[in-house]
Amino acid sequence: MTQFTSVHVFYLLQAARWTILLSLIAIAGGSVLGLALALARVSKLRVLRALAVVYIQIVQGTPLLILLFLSYFGLSLVGLRLDPLVAAGISLTFYVGAFLGEIWRGCIEAVPRTQWEASDCLGLNRFQQYAYVILPQAVRIATPPTVGFMVQVVKNTSLASIIGFVELTRAGQIVNNSTFQPFLVFLLVAAIYFAICYPLSVTSRALERKMNAAR
Amino acid sequence: MPPDSIIPAGRVRFGQNGGAESEIVVQVRDVTKFFGLLKVLDGVSLDVRQGQMVAIVGRSGSGKSTLLRCMNGLESIQGGEIVICGHEVSGGRSNRALLRRDVGMVFQSYNLFPHLTAERNITLALTLVKKHSKHEALRIAAEVLALVGLSDKSAAYPEQLSGGQQQRVAIARSLALSPKVMLFDEVTSALDPELTVEVLKVMEDLADRGMTMVLVTHEMAFARRVADQVVFMHKGKAWEAGPTARLFGSPTTIEFAQFIGTGL
Amino acid sequence: MRYTFDFSFLAERWPAFLEGAWLTIRLTVVAIVLGFIVGTVCAVLRVYGPVWVRRLVGAYVEAIRNTPLLVQIFIVYFGIASLGLKLSAELSAIIALVINVGAYTTEIMRAGIESIGKTQLEAADCLGLTRVQTILHIVLLPAMERVYPALSSQFVLLMLASSVTSQISAEELTAAAGVIQSDTYRSFEVYLIVAVVYLALSFLYRLGFWLIGSWLFVRRRKLGTAL
Repeated sequence: MTQFTSVHVFYLLQAARWTILLSLIAIAGGSVLGLALALARVSKLRVLRALAVVYIQIVQGTPLLILLFLSYFGLSLVGLRLDPLVAAGISLTFYVGAFLGEIWRGCIEAVPRTQWEASDCLGLNRFQQYAYVILPQAVRIATPPTVGFMVQVVKNTSLASIIGFVELTRAGQIVNNSTFQPFLVFLLVAAIYFAICYPLSVTSRALERKMNAAR
Repeated sequence: MPPDSIIPAGRVRFGQNGGAESEIVVQVRDVTKFFGLLKVLDGVSLDVRQGQMVAIVGRSGSGKSTLLRCMNGLESIQGGEIVICGHEVSGGRSNRALLRRDVGMVFQSYNLFPHLTAERNITLALTLVKKHSKHEALRIAAEVLALVGLSDKSAAYPEQLSGGQQQRVAIARSLALSPKVMLFDEVTSALDPELTVEVLKVMEDLADRGMTMVLVTHEMAFARRVADQVVFMHKGKAWEAGPTARLFGSPTTIEFAQFIGTGL
Repeated sequence: MRYTFDFSFLAERWPAFLEGAWLTIRLTVVAIVLGFIVGTVCAVLRVYGPVWVRRLVGAYVEAIRNTPLLVQIFIVYFGIASLGLKLSAELSAIIALVINVGAYTTEIMRAGIESIGKTQLEAADCLGLTRVQTILHIVLLPAMERVYPALSSQFVLLMLASSVTSQISAEELTAAAGVIQSDTYRSFEVYLIVAVVYLALSFLYRLGFWLIGSWLFVRRRKLGTAL
């Protein structure tokens, strides 16, 4: 049993960088997928809509941990090495994509009907309507909940520890296993997560208030 | 020059407990109230005798609703005193409980509980506050609903009732607790004219039965016909007050004359 | 690269999946009920309590919502063990889950409570109802009805999140799957089945909440309108 020292604190902080990296990967990948899903959900093609709904329902009805395991073991089926970061990145992308897709679909639908009508009357085709009128407004509406969801993403990266990826939570377990000070170690881990997430929560709420005031 | 207080020398409807000498149940003495720096009530005094109906009238902002709410302890006063049915209004919580039993209030927006039926709206306080048995509470509820003409609506939810019906249920709900005094805060202001009539009828009926009533109202014709006393509020003062017939017949202040002239 | 899927283990192992599902149900139903009570009490304190209580509840909610459930579970499980108390994994799991869902419930119920207009409270006051009576009869049920969709979603999420308790060896579905896959070496297939079971559980829970809602909110059932 070793003493808990500042060395351990630094170790935790360094692991936090991996948490942030994984979060960014999930957000980037999830955004691309989320946008595709959101557009599919509001598409005129019934097939696209159905596929998107099915996908989202399945992902939202499954625990993230199970998705992680499926990615992890699924990798070996495809012949790739069992790499925790890759597996975590893939499963988080699928997961985040589904939730962002739902959030963004709601925001697209929140743009008033009249905007569609007005842009249609001006002669814009569907693509132009989306690009110049609808999406810019949807983005404004989407900002508060999306920023709020970032908090979920950061918290969800903690599950990557279970398949062996050394991010903040895993680092905490490692430190605890050598110092045997669970309260100290995990409260510190929690504090670091809090330091990352709380500003995002506050920003999201502030954005929401500003938006409601503007309406 | 506004008079300082009301001398209740006017006619008393069906003189319960004698004529002009019936017991004073509401005493308002020199009440002052501020909202922040704004003086909304400026030394108001008023007496209400048992069995009387007093109508408080005036333009918006004159302080009439505030005065009524102060009488029931919903707003605090910074000066003067109010005594209702022997309870001093301004005391602590235990005093308020007793006050609530004797004083009923009906609001402009009815404030029925939307998740309960009309009957349950009435029996709720009967069982919780007056500790009646369920059987007894239902009996009383049926009685008051009959009084306001809504016996067939006991199982209806507020959203299924018209505004006038909701207001009558609200009156029944307050009445069920057998208050000694009932306060009405612009209870017909939110209603369409056709619906106003049915509510005023119920109120007149209550007055005929001897209920002591204080109402803030815009219904001048009703006040003139039914009320025993009228108080005209202006700039936070009881600008003019006295028996109905005398006040409407020969107003002593320009402001009141203008007020009734405009028919507000 | 050909991979042959092999679901043959299902033939004899399927009871284990069902038992795991049952354990998850048992675990999460307890957590949901207790968490709802904790959340409602905290929400009432947050809206009607003195300033310092409101701040305390606010701090509790922020702390939980900005930290991962897994870390919260570790704090409860390993932390309590380090104090010398020997708690079972299930009990630790329930404690952590209750603390977690309690915070989210507090926020949801708070929104519901605050949506009950002041005029309702005034009317109740004028009828002579005490503060407590007003909260119980006039505020809580309509508040719950207003936020019921958000509430049931949150509880379904909790059921899914309970999979994480497998990490402290709590007995539930994911842990059962872990055992099966280590026996059969058919990891991918096992977790595929587990995903399907969780999907079924999600559906079951949503149905359950819908039924409870119909039973609780009589007026809504009869009239079909929102409050």
